Amino acid sequence: MPAAATPVSDVDQRRKALAAAATVVDPEVPVLSIADLGVLRDVAFEGETVVATITPTYSGCPAMSLIALEVDLALEKAGFRQRRVDLKLAPAWTTDWMSAEGREKLRAYGIAPPAERGSGRGALFGVDEIACPKCGSSNTERLAEFGSTACKALWRCKACKEPFDHFKCL
Amino acid sequence: MSTPLFDYTLRLADTALVLGHRLSEWCGHAPILEEDMALANLSLDLIGQARALYDYAGAVEGKGRDENALAYMRPEPDWRNLLIVEQPNGDFATTILRQFLVAAYLYPFYRRLAGSKDATLAAIAAKAEKEMAYHVRHSGEWVIRLGDGTDESHRRISEALADFWPFTGEMFEVDAGARALIDAGLAVDPASIRAEWEQTIDRVFAEAMLARPRDGWMQTGGLSGRHTEHLGHLLSELQYMQRAYPGLTW
Repeated sequence: MPAAATPVSDVDQRRKALAAAATVVDPEVPVLSIADLGVLRDVAFEGETVVATITPTYSGCPAMSLIALEVDLALEKAGFRQRRVDLKLAPAWTTDWMSAEGREKLRAYGIAPPAERGSGRGALFGVDEIACPKCGSSNTERLAEFGSTACKALWRCKACKEPFDHFKCL
Repeated sequence: MSTPLFDYTLRLADTALVLGHRLSEWCGHAPILEEDMALANLSLDLIGQARALYDYAGAVEGKGRDENALAYMRPEPDWRNLLIVEQPNGDFATTILRQFLVAAYLYPFYRRLAGSKDATLAAIAAKAEKEMAYHVRHSGEWVIRLGDGTDESHRRISEALADFWPFTGEMFEVDAGARALIDAGLAVDPASIRAEWEQTIDRVFAEAMLARPRDGWMQTGGLSGRHTEHLGHLLSELQYMQRAYPGLTW
Protein backbone atom coordinates (compact mmCIF):
# COMPACT_ATOMS: atom_id res chain seq x y z
CA MET A 1 0.00 0.00 0.00
CA PRO A 2 1.47 3.41 -0.93
CA ALA A 3 2.25 5.65 2.00
CA ALA A 4 -0.10 8.38 0.76
CA ALA A 5 -3.05 6.02 1.07
CA THR A 6 -2.18 4.96 4.61
CA PRO A 7 -5.11 5.68 6.91
CA VAL A 8 -4.46 7.65 10.08
CA SER A 9 -5.11 4.58 12.20
CA ASP A 10 -2.15 2.83 10.57
CA VAL A 11 0.08 5.73 11.48
CA ASP A 12 -1.08 5.29 15.06
CA GLN A 13 -0.45 1.58 14.87
CA ARG A 14 3.05 2.18 13.63
CA ARG A 15 3.71 4.66 16.40
CA LYS A 16 2.42 2.14 18.93
CA ALA A 17 4.64 -0.61 17.49
CA LEU A 18 7.67 1.66 17.43
CA ALA A 19 7.12 2.67 21.04
CA ALA A 20 6.78 -0.99 22.05
CA ALA A 21 9.95 -2.06 20.24
CA ALA A 22 11.84 0.91 21.69
CA THR A 23 11.22 -0.35 25.23
CA VAL A 24 13.70 -3.19 24.64
CA VAL A 25 17.05 -2.57 26.30
CA ASP A 26 20.54 -3.78 25.48
CA PRO A 27 21.01 -6.86 27.69
CA GLU A 28 24.66 -5.94 28.29
CA VAL A 29 24.01 -2.24 28.98
CA PRO A 30 20.51 -2.22 30.44
CA VAL A 31 20.34 1.58 30.78
CA LEU A 32 20.30 1.92 26.99
CA SER A 33 17.27 1.15 24.87
CA ILE A 34 17.85 -0.25 21.41
CA ALA A 35 16.48 3.06 20.13
CA ASP A 36 19.17 4.97 22.08
CA LEU A 37 21.78 2.63 20.61
CA GLY A 38 20.60 3.00 17.04
CA VAL A 39 20.12 -0.76 16.84
CA LEU A 40 16.39 -0.35 16.15
CA ARG A 41 16.28 0.91 12.57
CA ASP A 42 12.62 0.82 11.62
CA VAL A 43 9.17 -0.51 12.36
CA ALA A 44 6.79 -0.87 9.43
CA PHE A 45 3.77 -2.84 8.32
CA GLU A 46 3.57 -5.39 5.57
CA GLY A 47 -0.16 -5.93 5.34
CA GLU A 48 -1.16 -7.13 8.79
CA THR A 49 2.37 -8.05 9.78
CA VAL A 50 4.46 -5.66 11.83
CA VAL A 51 8.11 -5.82 10.80
CA ALA A 52 10.79 -4.50 13.14
CA THR A 53 14.23 -4.03 11.62
CA ILE A 54 17.32 -4.19 13.79
CA THR A 55 21.01 -3.97 12.92
CA PRO A 56 23.88 -5.59 14.81
CA THR A 57 26.58 -3.48 16.42
CA TYR A 58 29.34 -6.03 15.85
CA SER A 59 28.95 -8.98 13.44
CA GLY A 60 29.39 -11.43 16.28
CA CYS A 61 27.40 -9.56 18.91
CA PRO A 62 25.79 -12.38 20.93
CA ALA A 63 23.12 -9.99 22.20
CA MET A 64 21.40 -9.80 18.81
CA SER A 65 19.37 -13.00 19.08
CA LEU A 66 18.18 -12.00 22.55
CA ILE A 67 17.31 -8.50 21.33
CA ALA A 68 15.36 -9.98 18.40
CA LEU A 69 13.44 -12.23 20.79
CA GLU A 70 12.68 -9.37 23.16
CA VAL A 71 11.47 -7.12 20.34
CA ASP A 72 9.15 -9.89 19.26
CA LEU A 73 7.85 -10.29 22.82
CA ALA A 74 7.40 -6.53 23.26
CA LEU A 75 5.35 -6.35 20.07
CA GLU A 76 3.27 -9.32 21.16
CA LYS A 77 2.64 -7.69 24.52
CA ALA A 78 1.51 -4.55 22.71
CA GLY A 79 -1.14 -6.64 20.95
CA PHE A 80 0.43 -7.31 17.57
CA ARG A 81 -0.45 -10.81 16.45
CA GLN A 82 1.60 -11.06 13.26
CA ARG A 83 5.18 -10.06 13.80
CA ARG A 84 8.59 -10.42 12.23
CA VAL A 85 12.01 -9.16 13.24
CA ASP A 86 14.43 -8.59 10.37
CA LEU A 87 18.18 -8.26 10.72
CA LYS A 88 19.64 -5.67 8.38
CA LEU A 89 23.39 -5.27 7.87
CA ALA A 90 23.55 -2.25 5.57
CA PRO A 91 24.32 0.48 6.22
CA ALA A 92 26.74 -0.78 8.83
CA TRP A 93 26.02 0.36 12.38
CA THR A 94 28.24 3.07 13.72
CA THR A 95 28.55 4.58 17.18
CA ASP A 96 27.46 7.86 15.52
CA TRP A 97 23.92 6.52 15.61
CA MET A 98 23.91 6.52 19.37
CA SER A 99 21.66 9.33 20.53
CA ALA A 100 22.94 12.20 22.68
CA GLU A 101 20.58 10.96 25.36
CA GLY A 102 22.09 7.48 24.99
CA ARG A 103 25.61 8.83 25.42
CA GLU A 104 24.61 10.67 28.57
CA LYS A 105 22.90 7.55 29.95
CA LEU A 106 26.06 5.56 29.26
CA ARG A 107 28.23 8.08 31.07
CA ALA A 108 25.87 8.15 34.06
CA TYR A 109 26.01 4.34 34.11
CA GLY A 110 29.81 4.46 34.39
CA ILE A 111 30.75 3.69 30.78
CA ALA A 112 32.70 6.29 28.83
CA PRO A 113 30.69 6.91 25.64
CA PRO A 114 32.28 6.69 22.19
CA ALA A 115 33.79 9.88 20.85
CA GLU A 116 31.61 11.79 18.40
CA ARG A 117 34.04 11.79 15.55
CA GLY A 118 32.16 10.59 12.52
CA SER A 119 32.26 7.13 11.04
CA GLY A 120 35.45 7.64 9.07
CA ARG A 121 38.24 5.12 9.40
CA GLY A 122 40.17 7.70 11.38
CA ALA A 123 37.68 7.29 14.19
CA LEU A 124 38.88 3.74 14.74
CA PHE A 125 42.41 4.83 15.41
CA GLY A 126 41.62 8.36 16.49
CA VAL A 127 42.24 10.20 19.68
CA ASP A 128 42.79 7.96 22.60
CA GLU A 129 41.78 10.67 25.02
CA ILE A 130 38.85 9.37 26.96
CA ALA A 131 37.32 11.23 29.89
CA CYS A 132 36.67 9.27 33.07
CA PRO A 133 32.90 8.79 33.38
CA LYS A 134 33.15 9.08 37.17
CA CYS A 135 35.32 12.14 37.83
CA GLY A 136 35.59 13.64 34.34
CA SER A 137 39.39 13.70 34.28
CA SER A 138 41.13 13.18 30.94
CA ASN A 139 44.13 11.72 32.75
CA THR A 140 43.24 8.17 31.78
CA GLU A 141 44.96 5.16 30.25
CA ARG A 142 43.89 2.14 28.29
CA LEU A 143 44.37 -1.14 30.13
CA ALA A 144 43.09 -3.48 27.44
CA GLU A 145 41.79 -3.08 23.92
CA PHE A 146 39.04 -5.59 24.61
CA GLY A 147 36.72 -5.58 27.57
CA SER A 148 33.71 -7.40 28.93
CA THR A 149 31.86 -7.26 25.60
CA ALA A 150 32.87 -6.86 21.95
CA CYS A 151 31.89 -3.18 21.98
CA LYS A 152 33.94 -2.14 25.00
CA ALA A 153 37.56 -1.60 26.01
CA LEU A 154 38.93 -1.45 29.54
CA TRP A 155 40.36 1.86 30.80
CA ARG A 156 41.58 3.30 34.07
CA CYS A 157 41.43 6.82 35.47
CA LYS A 158 44.77 7.95 36.85
CA ALA A 159 43.10 10.82 38.76
CA CYS A 160 40.45 8.95 40.74
CA LYS A 161 42.07 5.51 40.25
CA GLU A 162 38.83 3.90 39.10
CA PRO A 163 38.82 1.40 36.25
CA PHE A 164 36.02 1.87 33.72
CA ASP A 165 34.61 0.53 30.46
CA HIS A 166 34.84 2.58 27.31
CA PHE A 167 32.34 2.03 24.51
CA LYS A 168 34.61 1.81 21.47
CA CYS A 169 34.20 3.90 18.34
CA LEU A 170 33.02 1.93 15.35
CA MET B 1 25.75 -27.74 -8.78
CA SER B 2 27.59 -24.92 -7.12
CA THR B 3 27.89 -21.48 -8.65
CA PRO B 4 30.91 -19.15 -8.54
CA LEU B 5 29.07 -16.82 -6.15
CA PHE B 6 28.28 -19.69 -3.78
CA ASP B 7 31.89 -20.92 -3.90
CA TYR B 8 33.25 -17.43 -3.36
CA THR B 9 30.98 -16.69 -0.40
CA LEU B 10 31.72 -20.09 1.09
CA ARG B 11 35.47 -19.50 0.91
CA LEU B 12 35.15 -16.28 2.85
CA ALA B 13 32.84 -17.92 5.37
CA ASP B 14 35.07 -20.96 5.86
CA THR B 15 38.18 -18.85 6.32
CA ALA B 16 36.39 -16.69 8.89
CA LEU B 17 34.94 -19.62 10.83
CA VAL B 18 38.11 -21.73 10.90
CA LEU B 19 40.22 -18.79 12.05
CA GLY B 20 37.55 -17.87 14.59
CA HIS B 21 37.53 -21.45 15.87
CA ARG B 22 41.32 -21.51 16.17
CA LEU B 23 41.25 -18.31 18.23
CA SER B 24 38.47 -19.71 20.41
CA GLU B 25 40.79 -22.57 21.35
CA TRP B 26 42.78 -20.00 23.35
CA CYS B 27 39.83 -19.24 25.61
CA GLY B 28 41.02 -19.92 29.14
CA HIS B 29 44.60 -20.55 27.99
CA ALA B 30 46.01 -17.17 26.96
CA PRO B 31 49.14 -15.91 28.74
CA ILE B 32 47.32 -13.05 30.46
CA LEU B 33 43.68 -12.36 31.25
CA GLU B 34 43.44 -9.31 28.95
CA GLU B 35 44.72 -11.40 26.07
CA ASP B 36 42.30 -14.18 26.84
CA MET B 37 39.46 -11.67 26.45
CA ALA B 38 41.04 -10.11 23.37
CA LEU B 39 41.41 -13.40 21.51
CA ALA B 40 37.86 -14.41 22.43
CA ASN B 41 36.60 -11.06 21.12
CA LEU B 42 38.55 -11.40 17.87
CA SER B 43 37.15 -14.90 17.55
CA LEU B 44 33.64 -13.58 18.05
CA ASP B 45 34.06 -11.04 15.24
CA LEU B 46 35.15 -13.78 12.84
CA ILE B 47 32.39 -16.18 13.83
CA GLY B 48 29.86 -13.37 13.42
CA GLN B 49 31.19 -12.62 9.95
CA ALA B 50 31.08 -16.33 9.12
CA ARG B 51 27.45 -16.59 10.18
CA ALA B 52 26.37 -13.76 7.91
CA LEU B 53 28.39 -15.24 5.02
CA TYR B 54 26.99 -18.77 5.51
CA ASP B 55 23.50 -17.37 5.70
CA TYR B 56 24.05 -15.69 2.35
CA ALA B 57 25.82 -18.70 0.80
CA GLY B 58 22.83 -20.84 1.75
CA ALA B 59 20.45 -18.35 0.14
CA VAL B 60 22.58 -18.19 -3.02
CA GLU B 61 22.67 -21.97 -3.22
CA GLY B 62 18.90 -22.20 -2.76
CA LYS B 63 18.83 -25.76 -1.47
CA GLY B 64 17.61 -24.91 1.98
CA ARG B 65 20.99 -25.25 3.71
CA ASP B 66 21.28 -22.72 6.52
CA GLU B 67 24.34 -21.51 8.41
CA ASN B 68 24.26 -24.54 10.71
CA ALA B 69 24.03 -27.05 7.87
CA LEU B 70 26.97 -25.41 6.13
CA ALA B 71 29.12 -25.14 9.24
CA TYR B 72 28.34 -28.43 10.93
CA MET B 73 27.37 -30.94 8.27
CA ARG B 74 29.95 -30.61 5.50
CA PRO B 75 32.82 -33.09 5.29
CA GLU B 76 36.40 -31.89 5.13
CA PRO B 77 36.88 -31.93 1.31
CA ASP B 78 33.93 -29.52 0.96
CA TRP B 79 35.70 -26.84 2.99
CA ARG B 80 37.23 -23.94 1.08
CA ASN B 81 39.19 -22.00 3.68
CA LEU B 82 42.76 -20.79 3.28
CA LEU B 83 45.22 -23.36 4.58
CA ILE B 84 46.92 -20.83 6.85
CA VAL B 85 43.89 -20.54 9.14
CA GLU B 86 43.57 -24.28 9.79
CA GLN B 87 47.18 -24.62 10.98
CA PRO B 88 47.49 -25.36 14.71
CA ASN B 89 47.80 -22.41 17.06
CA GLY B 90 51.27 -23.30 18.27
CA ASP B 91 52.49 -20.87 20.92
CA PHE B 92 51.14 -17.36 21.45
CA ALA B 93 53.67 -15.83 19.03
CA THR B 94 52.55 -18.24 16.31
CA THR B 95 48.88 -17.41 16.79
CA ILE B 96 49.51 -13.67 16.85
CA LEU B 97 51.77 -13.71 13.80
CA ARG B 98 49.18 -15.62 11.78
CA GLN B 99 46.45 -13.25 12.98
CA PHE B 100 48.51 -10.31 11.80
CA LEU B 101 49.27 -11.79 8.37
CA VAL B 102 45.62 -12.66 7.78
CA ALA B 103 44.10 -9.50 9.28
CA ALA B 104 46.48 -7.27 7.29
CA TYR B 105 45.01 -9.00 4.22
CA LEU B 106 41.33 -9.10 5.23
CA TYR B 107 41.20 -5.44 6.30
CA PRO B 108 41.84 -3.98 2.82
CA PHE B 109 40.05 -6.96 1.29
CA TYR B 110 36.78 -6.17 3.04
CA ARG B 111 37.18 -2.46 2.37
CA ARG B 112 37.22 -3.30 -1.36
CA LEU B 113 34.44 -5.83 -1.05
CA ALA B 114 32.28 -3.14 0.61
CA GLY B 115 32.15 -1.62 -2.88
CA SER B 116 30.90 -4.86 -4.45
CA LYS B 117 27.90 -4.71 -6.77
CA ASP B 118 26.51 -7.56 -4.71
CA ALA B 119 24.55 -5.69 -2.04
CA THR B 120 24.70 -8.47 0.57
CA LEU B 121 28.45 -9.08 0.25
CA ALA B 122 28.97 -5.31 0.38
CA ALA B 123 26.91 -5.03 3.57
CA ILE B 124 28.73 -7.88 5.31
CA ALA B 125 32.08 -6.46 4.21
CA ALA B 126 31.31 -2.95 5.46
CA LYS B 127 30.86 -4.35 8.97
CA ALA B 128 33.79 -6.75 8.73
CA GLU B 129 36.19 -4.04 7.58
CA LYS B 130 35.76 -2.04 10.77
CA GLU B 131 36.28 -5.15 12.88
CA MET B 132 39.38 -6.23 10.97
CA ALA B 133 40.91 -2.81 11.58
CA TYR B 134 41.01 -3.68 15.27
CA HIS B 135 42.52 -7.08 14.48
CA VAL B 136 45.36 -5.46 12.52
CA ARG B 137 46.07 -2.99 15.29
CA HIS B 138 45.93 -5.49 18.12
CA SER B 139 47.94 -8.26 16.46
CA GLY B 140 50.38 -5.71 14.99
CA GLU B 141 51.12 -4.30 18.45
CA TRP B 142 51.92 -7.80 19.67
CA VAL B 143 54.12 -8.59 16.67
CA ILE B 144 56.18 -5.53 17.60
CA ARG B 145 56.33 -6.46 21.29
CA LEU B 146 57.41 -10.01 20.55
CA GLY B 147 59.72 -9.26 17.64
CA ASP B 148 61.47 -6.43 19.47
CA GLY B 149 61.17 -8.12 22.85
CA THR B 150 63.50 -10.71 24.32
CA ASP B 151 65.78 -13.07 22.42
CA GLU B 152 63.31 -15.83 23.17
CA SER B 153 60.23 -13.95 21.93
CA HIS B 154 62.14 -12.84 18.81
CA ARG B 155 63.21 -16.40 18.11
CA ARG B 156 59.68 -17.72 18.47
CA ILE B 157 57.98 -15.16 16.28
CA SER B 158 60.74 -15.49 13.66
CA GLU B 159 60.13 -19.23 13.51
CA ALA B 160 56.39 -18.64 13.19
CA LEU B 161 57.02 -16.26 10.31
CA ALA B 162 59.22 -18.79 8.52
CA ASP B 163 56.56 -21.46 9.03
CA PHE B 164 53.61 -19.36 7.87
CA TRP B 165 55.10 -17.43 4.98
CA PRO B 166 54.66 -20.29 2.47
CA PHE B 167 50.94 -20.19 3.26
CA THR B 168 50.50 -16.54 2.28
CA GLY B 169 50.63 -17.11 -1.47
CA GLU B 170 47.19 -18.69 -1.35
CA MET B 171 45.61 -15.39 -0.31
CA PHE B 172 46.32 -14.05 -3.78
CA GLU B 173 45.12 -17.01 -5.82
CA VAL B 174 42.28 -16.42 -8.26
CA ASP B 175 40.52 -19.23 -10.11
CA ALA B 176 38.22 -18.96 -13.12
CA GLY B 177 35.07 -18.63 -11.03
CA ALA B 178 36.48 -15.84 -8.90
CA ARG B 179 37.88 -14.11 -12.00
CA ALA B 180 34.41 -13.98 -13.53
CA LEU B 181 33.05 -12.42 -10.33
CA ILE B 182 35.90 -9.91 -10.24
CA ASP B 183 35.22 -8.93 -13.85
CA ALA B 184 31.54 -8.48 -12.99
CA GLY B 185 32.41 -6.14 -10.11
CA LEU B 186 31.15 -8.55 -7.46
CA ALA B 187 34.44 -9.77 -6.01
CA VAL B 188 37.82 -8.37 -5.04
CA ASP B 189 40.91 -8.87 -7.17
CA PRO B 190 43.48 -9.76 -4.51
CA ALA B 191 46.24 -8.32 -6.68
CA SER B 192 44.68 -4.89 -6.03
CA ILE B 193 45.34 -5.12 -2.29
CA ARG B 194 48.75 -6.77 -2.38
CA ALA B 195 50.70 -3.52 -2.17
CA GLU B 196 48.74 -2.38 0.88
CA TRP B 197 49.15 -5.78 2.55
CA GLU B 198 52.91 -5.65 2.00
CA GLN B 199 53.12 -2.07 3.26
CA THR B 200 51.29 -2.94 6.48
CA ILE B 201 53.59 -5.89 7.03
CA ASP B 202 56.73 -3.92 6.25
CA ARG B 203 55.71 -1.07 8.55
CA VAL B 204 55.11 -3.39 11.51
CA PHE B 205 58.07 -5.66 10.77
CA ALA B 206 60.42 -2.65 10.65
CA GLU B 207 59.47 -1.86 14.26
CA ALA B 208 59.46 -5.53 15.21
CA MET B 209 63.00 -6.15 13.91
CA LEU B 210 61.65 -8.75 11.50
CA ALA B 211 62.24 -9.04 7.78
CA ARG B 212 59.55 -9.99 5.27
CA PRO B 213 60.74 -13.32 3.82
CA ARG B 214 61.34 -13.68 0.12
CA ASP B 215 58.53 -15.38 -1.76
CA GLY B 216 59.49 -18.94 -2.55
CA TRP B 217 57.48 -22.08 -3.02
CA MET B 218 53.93 -21.55 -1.80
CA GLN B 219 51.42 -23.98 -0.31
CA THR B 220 48.13 -24.31 -2.16
CA GLY B 221 44.96 -26.40 -2.06
CA GLY B 222 42.47 -24.93 0.42
CA LEU B 223 40.37 -23.17 -2.18
CA SER B 224 39.78 -26.43 -4.02
CA GLY B 225 39.25 -28.52 -0.89
CA ARG B 226 42.68 -30.13 -0.57
CA HIS B 227 43.58 -29.51 3.03
CA THR B 228 46.38 -30.20 5.44
CA GLU B 229 45.81 -32.92 8.02
CA HIS B 230 44.86 -30.32 10.63
CA LEU B 231 41.43 -29.37 9.29
CA GLY B 232 39.92 -32.79 9.91
CA HIS B 233 40.92 -32.69 13.56
CA LEU B 234 39.50 -29.19 13.92
CA LEU B 235 36.20 -30.22 12.31
CA SER B 236 35.91 -33.31 14.48
CA GLU B 237 35.65 -30.98 17.46
CA LEU B 238 33.66 -28.21 15.75
CA GLN B 239 31.10 -30.59 14.28
CA TYR B 240 30.93 -33.20 17.01
CA MET B 241 27.59 -32.27 18.52
CA GLN B 242 25.65 -32.03 15.24
CA ARG B 243 27.25 -35.22 13.98
CA ALA B 244 26.36 -37.11 17.15
CA TYR B 245 22.89 -35.59 17.52
CA PRO B 246 21.79 -34.26 14.10
CA GLY B 247 19.41 -31.34 14.35
CA LEU B 248 20.07 -30.80 18.05
CA THR B 249 19.00 -27.36 19.28
CA TRP B 250 19.47 -25.59 22.61
